[in-house]
Amino acid sequence: MIDVNVFLGAYPWRRIPGTSPEAVLRAMDAVGVATAWVTHLPSLYWKDPAEGNPWLYEVASREPRFRPVPVVHPGLPHWEDDLQEAAERHAVAVRADPGPLALAPTGVDMLRLLGAAAEVGLPVQAAVRLEDGRGRHPLDVAPELAPWVVRAWIRSHPRLRLVITHAERSFIEEVHWGSTPDEAARIWWDISWVWGPPEEHLALLLATMGPARFLLGSGQPLRLAETPGARLDLLDLAPDARAAITHDNARRLDPHAPEPR
Amino acid sequence: MLIDVHAHFDHDRTGHADWPARNQARLVAGRKMGVTHHVASILGSWGHTSPTYFPSPTDLGYANAKMRELQAAHPAEVRGYVAVNPNHAAHALAEIELGQRRGMIGVKLAASRRADDPLLDPVCEAAARHGFPVLHHVWQHRRREWPSQEASDGVELCRLARRHPTVSFILAHIGGGGDWLHTLRAARQVPNVLLDLSGSGTDGGMLEAALRAVGPGRLLWACDVTLCTGYAKLRALGRLLGPDDLALVTSGNARRIFPAGAFA
Repeated sequence: MIDVNVFLGAYPWRRIPGTSPEAVLRAMDAVGVATAWVTHLPSLYWKDPAEGNPWLYEVASREPRFRPVPVVHPGLPHWEDDLQEAAERHAVAVRADPGPLALAPTGVDMLRLLGAAAEVGLPVQAAVRLEDGRGRHPLDVAPELAPWVVRAWIRSHPRLRLVITHAERSFIEEVHWGSTPDEAARIWWDISWVWGPPEEHLALLLATMGPARFLLGSGQPLRLAETPGARLDLLDLAPDARAAITHDNARRLDPHAPEPR
Repeated sequence: MLIDVHAHFDHDRTGHADWPARNQARLVAGRKMGVTHHVASILGSWGHTSPTYFPSPTDLGYANAKMRELQAAHPAEVRGYVAVNPNHAAHALAEIELGQRRGMIGVKLAASRRADDPLLDPVCEAAARHGFPVLHHVWQHRRREWPSQEASDGVELCRLARRHPTVSFILAHIGGGGDWLHTLRAARQVPNVLLDLSGSGTDGGMLEAALRAVGPGRLLWACDVTLCTGYAKLRALGRLLGPDDLALVTSGNARRIFPAGAFA
């Protein structure tokens, strides 16, 4: 399995156990995840997120099961160098979450990054949220990503590819059915925030949109690593549909992925 | 044995045309997960003819009757809470008496009245008479009023629990929204408050912190609405606990606080 939604490093708002690379690897082993797309979590909150990227690349170079997703802040001078470095180091994607980075979600800076990432062939990852809004720290007031933003993003460049994590059913549907088939085919969604029975949101989305649009993602260690696997195990999925979600779709997005173990 | 102490079902007067499928989905998913008992309630009409968290006596009477029908239809798997609205005290007490006579095993309080309000005392006294635990809906750290409910938090429920030390209180869904760290502080020294782990939240560190705060003897595995997150927490508990402590959380504590023979 490939978990496309994993973080390394401390979270500023509360204590989270198991944020070291070694602990995340143990958690991956416990749930059968071979490869994780990893972001340096503190970078999302630092004034210059690129300061966390050397550590992220170093960890990923030591441990091929980690595929780096560095943060690029398009409001900083020479951010293009950070994007270029991500491409040269075979990052699986870059991320720029407008909420924690305090970026205008459809402002000039953000749209420049999306266009540049599309030009170098790197998907852009963003989270709708990292925690349930009802439980966030009183000072953690970064706005959540909105569906209209994702619709605007995917329309901004014809080759842009997006990986959106932590989205719920209604968010996914608003974007998917509010996009052309070509646009919708360039967006992938992780299943970390899509409920199973008795609502059956995941079953419904797989029936209406098909498994090609979905990726296994947990949000660990901020969320339990067990969640997406448990969710899939409650479905009666055909083997090829399950394989699409657990690894095939992610591998197609990552030409430099390690060979399956 | 795996007991979900916080489950819900639906019925024909909730405005949900798919109510039979939703009920069936819970039972089918529960079997996949290994759930042996769903201890469940129905909150009136789920908002169809009175608000979910302020259900009318008429809606509660119908819902409790439907809950008893489900219990009778699935005697091995389903147990019922009597759901009551303490603003309608006489009706609440009558429903508890009726439910007890017809085999229900606990009281469910939603968010119709603040947990520390004196109106809840007669309900808790009735629970004490019958050996019923009280499952109380809780907003984890209520920093303000929330729409559509008179929510209570852990501090408010613990005030009620201290007034009724012979009653076991189930503090609902620490994963169900809000700041569970606040709840853990509130409940730490109130031994008759047990925490149910249900809710859509699967926050990393929540289970570890709950174990540190109250130990495995005061935690209850549960799902509430989202079974998949309950399943994830069950698997995580298997990673965190030895077999004896896991058995407490998944069934032993429930068997201790519900009436004797409830899960025979």
